[in-house]
Amino acid sequence: MHDLPKTFTDWFEKRGWTVHPHQQAMLERAADPALLLIAPTGGGKTLAGFLPTLADLAESPRDGLHTLYVSPLKALAADIKRNLTTPVTEMDLPIRIEDRTGDTPASRKKRQRADPPHILLTTPESLALLTSYEDAPKMFRGLKRVIVDEIHALAESKRGDQLMLALGRLQTLCPDLRRVGLSATVDDPKAIAHLLACHPDPCAILLADPGPAPDIAMLRTKEAPPWAGGNAAYAIPAVLDQVRAHNTTLIFHNTRAQAEIFFHNLWLANEDALPIGIHHGSLDRQQREKVEAAMVRGDLRAIVCTGSLDLGIDWGNVDLVIQIGAPKNVKRLVQRIGRANHRYNAPSRALLVPANRFEVVECVAALDAVRAGTLDGDPRGPGPRDVLCQHILITACAGPFDAGALFDEVRTVGAYAGLSRAQFDECLDFCATGGYALRVYDQWQRLVQNADGLWQLRDPRAAQKIRMNTGTIQDTDTLKVRLKRSRGGKPLGEIEEGFAASLTPGDTFLIGGQIVRYEGLREMTVEVSRNAAKKPKVATFAGTKFATSTQLSARVMEMFQQETWPDLPAHTADWLALQRRVSRLPEPGRLMIESFAHDGREQTVVYGFAGRNGQQTLGLLLTKRMEELGLNPLGFVATDYATLIWGLDRVTNPAPLFDLAALQNGLDTWLAGNAVMKRTFRASATIAGLIQRNTPSARKSGRQATFSSDILYDTLQKYDPDHLLLDITREEALRGFVDFGRIEEMANRVEGRIDHLILDRVSPLAAPLFLEMGRVPVKGAAEERLVAEEAARLMESSGLAQITPQPADKPRWRMGY
Amino acid sequence: MNCHAFSFAGAELRALGSGGLWWPEQALLCVSDLHLGKSERVARRAGQTLPPYETRDTLTRLGEDLARTGARTVICLGDSFDDRIAAAALPEEERLWITRLQAGRQWIWIEGNHDPGPLEFGGTHQQTARTGPLVFRHIAEAEARAEVSGHYHPKAHLHARGRLVSRPAFLYDSTRLILPAYGTYTGGLRTDEQTLCNLMKPDALAILTGPTPVCIPMPRKETAP
Repeated sequence: MHDLPKTFTDWFEKRGWTVHPHQQAMLERAADPALLLIAPTGGGKTLAGFLPTLADLAESPRDGLHTLYVSPLKALAADIKRNLTTPVTEMDLPIRIEDRTGDTPASRKKRQRADPPHILLTTPESLALLTSYEDAPKMFRGLKRVIVDEIHALAESKRGDQLMLALGRLQTLCPDLRRVGLSATVDDPKAIAHLLACHPDPCAILLADPGPAPDIAMLRTKEAPPWAGGNAAYAIPAVLDQVRAHNTTLIFHNTRAQAEIFFHNLWLANEDALPIGIHHGSLDRQQREKVEAAMVRGDLRAIVCTGSLDLGIDWGNVDLVIQIGAPKNVKRLVQRIGRANHRYNAPSRALLVPANRFEVVECVAALDAVRAGTLDGDPRGPGPRDVLCQHILITACAGPFDAGALFDEVRTVGAYAGLSRAQFDECLDFCATGGYALRVYDQWQRLVQNADGLWQLRDPRAAQKIRMNTGTIQDTDTLKVRLKRSRGGKPLGEIEEGFAASLTPGDTFLIGGQIVRYEGLREMTVEVSRNAAKKPKVATFAGTKFATSTQLSARVMEMFQQETWPDLPAHTADWLALQRRVSRLPEPGRLMIESFAHDGREQTVVYGFAGRNGQQTLGLLLTKRMEELGLNPLGFVATDYATLIWGLDRVTNPAPLFDLAALQNGLDTWLAGNAVMKRTFRASATIAGLIQRNTPSARKSGRQATFSSDILYDTLQKYDPDHLLLDITREEALRGFVDFGRIEEMANRVEGRIDHLILDRVSPLAAPLFLEMGRVPVKGAAEERLVAEEAARLMESSGLAQITPQPADKPRWRMGY
Repeated sequence: MNCHAFSFAGAELRALGSGGLWWPEQALLCVSDLHLGKSERVARRAGQTLPPYETRDTLTRLGEDLARTGARTVICLGDSFDDRIAAAALPEEERLWITRLQAGRQWIWIEGNHDPGPLEFGGTHQQTARTGPLVFRHIAEAEARAEVSGHYHPKAHLHARGRLVSRPAFLYDSTRLILPAYGTYTGGLRTDEQTLCNLMKPDALAILTGPTPVCIPMPRKETAP
């Protein structure tokens, strides 16, 4: 089918629309087994994906599921439903459209399985669940097309891997299934096509006209950005001016905490009472939906937000995007900006607002990169095996399966095309028996082989639990926040459990733009009251932090080498000059380290320019080494450019710390005991089905007697160090949190050329590190010393030290146990 | 030895960093809530196959404490096994391991809610045990005096220069002493939970286990100032 049915052309004409060339091309190539469309935002990408479906169903109406649409966001599914319903209703097409997400009522979900709509809009997690039911073959019978929207976003995460595994399953059920991917502009379309293809079949790529280049600039303000910090309060008047001059402005932040502070400050300065909202992932769903609806209606002049508003939601009248804080990654910046000015062939307008002077440098470097048209991106490795383990369990829920057939099916998925049979069997063994060197679970295997050699659940009731554990998104444990004495009142949002635990009654923090006072914990809900305090203690939301790309880091380092900085505002140029005067600026091919005392502790800053994850790993490795050398490190924090380590003793000679060959050789043992590895293990163990997701209801029911995954990790390290999950954890850590590749790159760059500067105070370049969040504690000898100090203080201040009989032999300091 | 010395009901006791209680005068070591065989029970009841190494880890640590103290009497304060089937299902190697630890010692199994009734392991099986001024039982009783018990798996937390540290802990006041869980796969109940706040007197102390045991006033539920 090449031409649109007349109903469609009439409808297009009535609206005064023309079919874009790429929309026409999608119609012409509707029979391609796999097709990837790369189009700028606002180019009618989604309609291009759906046109072949609508035309087919209009010409030959029939019952049953025709097209499955998968998007990364629930909100997007709802949005698309609204947008599709318009043409379907106006053209009176015999098409039923429904969405299915975690929010869909159970009764409707059940009916959808018995009587599926023509077009089902869903998410990767809901699709994985659908394939786990025994009646999946019946439900998906006759399925013709699957559309994966925003595939560039999914391609970067395990959610994408899970989705592609599910598509492999669907392809077995429906051999004629055709795949369509819709993507924003990316640096490497072939990599995305590789993911979407059903291997070894190819996937064609269709490139739409990218449209005019975006209009991006750095916001110039009268006031200079601060030396440090991330809240860009200095820019509030200038940002308000911009909001007044535009219809709707989106103000993006890199973290939720920054969004909260900025919104608070913006509101205090908002003398015209412009309608401004806030939107981020920690806010209660009702609150977020209210903001989304108001935005679609055009009621809001500005929305302060994070990446939660990044994808696909109809941006309506947005004509300006403001990015607060450095963009970290040029590709994401371009995609985000592409969303402003939702009209094809009109340039998008965007402003970058550096939050501090370091970010001024990064913003200028990013603008250079955008002008040069260089997008950045690092290739993802092979498909993660924890996701494969979950897929095997989900497959078993649907019914008995043949191991060989499943292996072949998994290998049709791009990310798993190189998987060996031995690796697959290891994952299967893990799902069946736990995969331990000690074989003790013969009697309690999760999967067993039946008389025909097919694998199936030993206990069919296990399916329920496996389904509940489906998904690859890792939520940190969070607690709801509610106003005290408003039982049943609306929750304000959520904060991390770890943050809640650190609160003492009377502490204040920001949530949803208001300052609240912590009153206490009641049945796993944080109770707060409103508070008029001026300066809150800020919530440490787990807002995502991205690593600055290698390319952008290199550009920043190059800028440092300039004699003068005519491209930079004077305040920032002066700052760099000051750093050069009192200390030095990092140079390519050398590693700069500063040491000084501050805040009652000895501080060491390592400017490795290895990206946030790489610098974090460097922090782990260096603190381990410092612990061994008796320097009593207490913790560290990493940014994209530097790692700040604090401890009780001064580093006087850094060279022994940087024996990089030793760092690499000992990496495994060095990493084995650290907190980041444990966090990675916890995520992988949950995805692979070793431990259950920590549901709020389980915690509420007083089951806090469950031990932590840290204990499981330590036990495996000790007794079964070759276990599959530890192998997966290492692999994950090396490419994700750990990013050892960046450290190697740094090592090669530096080759032992270290510049160590001992200063009498914090250097201009080091100052921002003290305000960074995400501090990682080191649990070593120093912690023992702190615990003992605090215990002595508590005993003394409570008066108990006088009345408690003193021990016969006083405790002595000992290392280890 | 890495321990915290304290007096309780006239007995001079040592809280070991491992979570064991050592009474030098009686050459007695008391450990609570070993929960041996837990991974087997979890697999049987929840279908989860946890790393099946917690029993050997617990026994290894117990063996080290026995070697270090030279205890002549051992009291296992109940919930020594995760349940009776788990006890029966222990692999031969681990059964022999327990027998080896018992050799040459008086060994008392106190009944717990997880392992009521006598088990097929050597040693004596009792509901309570009395030694000197102390009475040993699994679950604390309302009007008890000089009582040593377990059951609650207490853990205490403290803020040390901005860092929250949470560890299994001994709790004691003038009438009772509650031991932390000794088993490897055992979670904990925070001391600020109502149950423990009701059980322990206002002046109760907590001894945090770990490399160096430390004693602090028992942390309680916070109340707004």
